[in-house]
Amino acid sequence: MTQKIATRDAYGDALVNLGKKRSDVVVLDADLSGSTKTSKFAKAFPDRFFNIGIAEQDMMGTAAGLAVGGKLPFASTFAVFATGRAWEQVRQSICYPNLNVKIVASHAGVTVGEDGGSHQSVEDIAVMRVIPNMTVIVPADGIETMQAIEAAAEMKGPCYVRVGRNKVPVIFGPDYRFAIGKAHVFHEGKDAAIIACGLMTAEALAARELLAAEGINAGVINMASIKPLDRDAVVAAARQCGAVVTAEEHSIIGGLGGAVAEALAEEAPVPMVRVGMKDVFGTSGTGEGLLKHYGLSAADIAAAVKEVIKKKKSA
Amino acid sequence: MAATETQLKDLGEKARRMRIDILKMLHGCGSGHTGGSLSSTDIVTALYFYKMKYDPKNPGWDGRDHFVLSKGHAAPMLYAALAHAGYFEQAELCTLRKLGSRLQGHPDSKNLPGVEISTGSLGQGLSVANGIALARRLDKGQNRVYALLGDGELQEGQIWEAAMTAAHYKLDNLCALVDNNGLQIDGPVAKVMNVEPITDKWRAFGWEVMDIDGHSIAALCDALDRAETVKGKPVCIVCRTVKGKGCSLFEGKVEFHGTTPSNEELETALKELAEGACI
Ligand SMILES: Cc1ncc(C[n+]2csc(CCOP(=O)(O)OP(=O)(O)O)c2C)c(N)n1
Repeated sequence: MTQKIATRDAYGDALVNLGKKRSDVVVLDADLSGSTKTSKFAKAFPDRFFNIGIAEQDMMGTAAGLAVGGKLPFASTFAVFATGRAWEQVRQSICYPNLNVKIVASHAGVTVGEDGGSHQSVEDIAVMRVIPNMTVIVPADGIETMQAIEAAAEMKGPCYVRVGRNKVPVIFGPDYRFAIGKAHVFHEGKDAAIIACGLMTAEALAARELLAAEGINAGVINMASIKPLDRDAVVAAARQCGAVVTAEEHSIIGGLGGAVAEALAEEAPVPMVRVGMKDVFGTSGTGEGLLKHYGLSAADIAAAVKEVIKKKKSA
Repeated sequence: MAATETQLKDLGEKARRMRIDILKMLHGCGSGHTGGSLSSTDIVTALYFYKMKYDPKNPGWDGRDHFVLSKGHAAPMLYAALAHAGYFEQAELCTLRKLGSRLQGHPDSKNLPGVEISTGSLGQGLSVANGIALARRLDKGQNRVYALLGDGELQEGQIWEAAMTAAHYKLDNLCALVDNNGLQIDGPVAKVMNVEPITDKWRAFGWEVMDIDGHSIAALCDALDRAETVKGKPVCIVCRTVKGKGCSLFEGKVEFHGTTPSNEELETALKELAEGACI
């Protein structure tokens, strides 16, 4: 059986590791440290942890100031609040001055589940990606999350990392090395390429199996680095397969699907289908149930692959 | 260590010359914020030329005090102070708001050394100042952090989030100054959205509060000295000021928030300021 780890748990562990290695790391939260798992850091390094209370805008500004003062701040809360409530603080006080602040937001996407649509961030990738100077990373599993946090700490400048609430399958081996701007090709395909991020990469791998049983060869690419996007990998996949499906736990507008569509339209136009939230808000339910409800399961990705192959043939 | 008579005279002269620079800069570029630059000139004069430690040759100097211009639209006033402090040549002031200039319409820290943080969107500077104060305290530094806020700016909710944070973390290395000129863009603050009683509010949030004449350099220096002695809580100095201070044409006029002097207005204003010369 595959091991399952929530990416937020991996984040909490990564922070503690980082805190041991670097005395300049400080962590901020807005009354959700138990959920975002920054509580692990708070316990290990109480002097370097600042709970700002339910005040996300102030938290982002404070993080900016800590960066001005020479610290390496990580600011965390739910994705909806980090990127929505505090968007303009992220823009003005962090990205415009190009400060070394890392925003790691948890409970992204519909798999937040029972809390419902108010808490399910389906826009965060889009609204972070559009800000100049911002780097956006959506890790697929616990291993990649640990790596992404390391990479975010190494790079200079603002960075947004999106993590999730629920346990997701570990799909990378211990030797995997994540790099900003680089995709990971799990499988090269022939008929279509699936480009996915976050927990949807595991779904894409499952979709590939479903399709293989029907004689369809779908490639699977994990695109954790949404910005900068690995354009070379997108173009190579498009040239090789002639058709692309994107899959993300986010709106089909402005996220991974948007970024890939932009790259393809400019560099290698091929038929494309986007799997994601179809311009709708989420609702209460179990995480798993919601993935099915909104057409985000392996079976839905497989159906999208067949659809894109049809488009390719009629093109 | 109160300011001496000679020091106060020099500071008054500095403020007068900065006002001249501000007016010339704004006139030269034809856009920008006159009223709120002039109302805060004395405050910033006391900060940059009496109180704060900094090294213009080494803007990132670890021992420096930090200034956050939360009301970023008063950028011309900050640029005049930075030029007088030696961060750049006075001649650069005339590039204000021009294409390619480091003197952006609102301060841009990534391009202009001496600017601690980019501002322009009101309400955000105090949070940043808190973060700097926390960082400095972690390093056990003696640095002090100053933030200048507008009174209209106090309408932003984030200011009060930050006010809570500073008091909660007992940031006694932090001092906020409110440029209480009573006006904003659409009219008097009391009419647009009343923020009074300002001093009671800060006190209720757990701050040490001083209420002073923001055009008395002696009062400003004294308040800044006293602020350093307060332990266990942040200090807010509410500076009672006049928008457009120094030029009778602009004083207390809401229209001069975001308008710049015409040729004639500049001439009248410079004449008045020349008459205010100490020598
Ligand atoms: C968030 C935000 N909203 C609106 C503005 C536009 N604006 C610029 S100055 C100003 C009025 C500021 O009033 P006050 O804080 O009293 O400043 P002062 O009178 O000292 O110039 C406004 C509304 C802004 N810069 N930022």
